[in-house]
Formats: sequence, structure tokens, C-alpha cells
Amino acid sequence: MLITCPYCGPRDVIEFTYQGDGNRERPQPASQDLDAWNAYVYDRLNPAGDHNEIWQHSGGCRAHLRVVRNTITHEILSTAFARGGHKTESRS
Amino acid sequence: MAEQPLPERQSPLEPDYHPGSHGNFEHGVDVILSEMRPGTILQLAAWPGEEKQLIEIIGKVTGLALPDGAGGGVSSGARAGFGFAPGKFTVVDEAEGLAAAFAGAITPAIGTLTDLSHGRTAIRIAGPKAEWVMAKFFAIDFALPAFPLGAGRSTNHHDIFAQIQRSGPDQFDIYVFRSFARSFWKALCHASEEVGYEVQ
Ligand SMILES: [Zn+2]
Repeated sequence: MLITCPYCGPRDVIEFTYQGDGNRERPQPASQDLDAWNAYVYDRLNPAGDHNEIWQHSGGCRAHLRVVRNTITHEILSTAFARGGHKTESRS
Repeated sequence: MAEQPLPERQSPLEPDYHPGSHGNFEHGVDVILSEMRPGTILQLAAWPGEEKQLIEIIGKVTGLALPDGAGGGVSSGARAGFGFAPGKFTVVDEAEGLAAAFAGAITPAIGTLTDLSHGRTAIRIAGPKAEWVMAKFFAIDFALPAFPLGAGRSTNHHDIFAQIQRSGPDQFDIYVFRSFARSFWKALCHASEEVGYEVQ
């Protein structure tokens, strides 16, 4: 499995660290909304198909990336720097 | 305050650094390995939006004209520099004391400078089989069109981080953690045995 880092180019997956579901919306640190915190910690879409994910190129430039990966085929559909906070749109 | 002369730096490779020809060299030496021992290794980082400013400052202080692109770099004589991450650069000088030359030039609003001169070990591999030997360690494309002259790469071998700059058509400079340098050096020597290597 290759992930194309926007800085480094295509690299083997062993250079990357998975940092979790990219669909989560972290509540403000001062938020008292327990439902929002519960959703942030536990709720996952767990799709069979395209999935928004956060990865870090930990064995390379160390940038955090937004990656869309197909959970069935492991095809990497898109990669972008996570900086800026824009969600990567999945294809479906 | 007067500058105190730094104590002479010891090489971490010393116990396993054996100048001469080794391995399968009867039919010729196909790679030359050496420790570069630069006096200065710096890491410079720009805050988002300040990258061009930092490249300009590096140019003014060192004379290195870094290209503005991912992994772009230059290697010329005593000094070398390359991008290794977004907004981050490694700058190397044969002489000690380059960090002082940046003092005042990189303001807190632009970015940061970290002196890694004692924290990294620089190893050079050169020769017709340099790409071949490097490919045993690192899962990146070492062919000249994919890895042009002067360019830098951040990657790792067995989970240990390394920075690599192409300093010649068949020559690479590898920057590894000082504490892992001897281990990497021994592995590099083993990997070079089959092609015949010379330690300079
Ligand atoms: Zn990268």
C-alpha cells in the first residue's frame, strides 16, 4: 500500500502512522456538552468503502495528512495536508 | 562574552571505522564510504506563511540558493541545504559556528533555528553502486530523475529516521541520529560488502 504524501511523494505505508477517523469534530475544550464529547470519543461511521482518515507521515516529513482510503480495497483516493482543517471530501 | 573553542568532537563511528578496502573488492571498489564530519548541522523551520522569507534568509546568510519546492536543495562545496519537510530545512557547513551567523536574522515571528551539529552524524556514500546499496535500506526511488541533484528526502530504515541529500550523480549524504550512527554505519558496511567498498 502506497500513500502519496503531498510533500514527499509516494511512500510505503510503513512510513505512516494512522491517527484515526477524520470525520470526528472535536468539541471546544471548555464544552460541557456530554453528548458531543461522547460522539467524539465513541461514534464511528465504520463504512465499507471510502473513509476520511487522519494519517501522519511519521517516518518522513512528519506532516499530518487527510487521507481518503477505501476500507475494502485499500485504494488511497486522495491525500492532503491536514493543516487548514478542511475535510477531504470522499468520492461517495 | 568571548567564544570558547569547542572541545574536539569524537566520532561515534570510531571503533568501527576502518579505512581501507573491504568486502568483495577484488574486481574493483564500487562504493566509497566516509564520515563527513561537518562543523555545523542546523535545522531551520518557518511558521506557516513565512517559508519564502526563511529561504531568503538562508540565501543571505549562507549563499545557498534553495529552490522553493518540496525537498529542493543545493550541495556546493563547503555548504549544503535542502528542504526535508513543509517549511523546514537542513543547512550544513564544513565549518563550525554557522548558527551564530543566523542570530538576529531569524526573528521569532519568522521561525526557529535548532543547532544539531552534535546530534547528527553525516555519512557519505559514493560510487557506481551507491544507488544499489541505498535501495537496500530505504524504500524510496534513488534514480536521478526521481531524486535530482541537491534534493533532500526524509525517510527511515527499520523505523530509524534519516535525511538523505543527493550531493552528486552517484553520491548521497546521509544524516542519522548520532546515537544510532554506529549501528547504521555497521549495517551500511555489511550492505556494501558484496559490491566491494572502501572506507576513506
Ligand atoms: Zn511526507
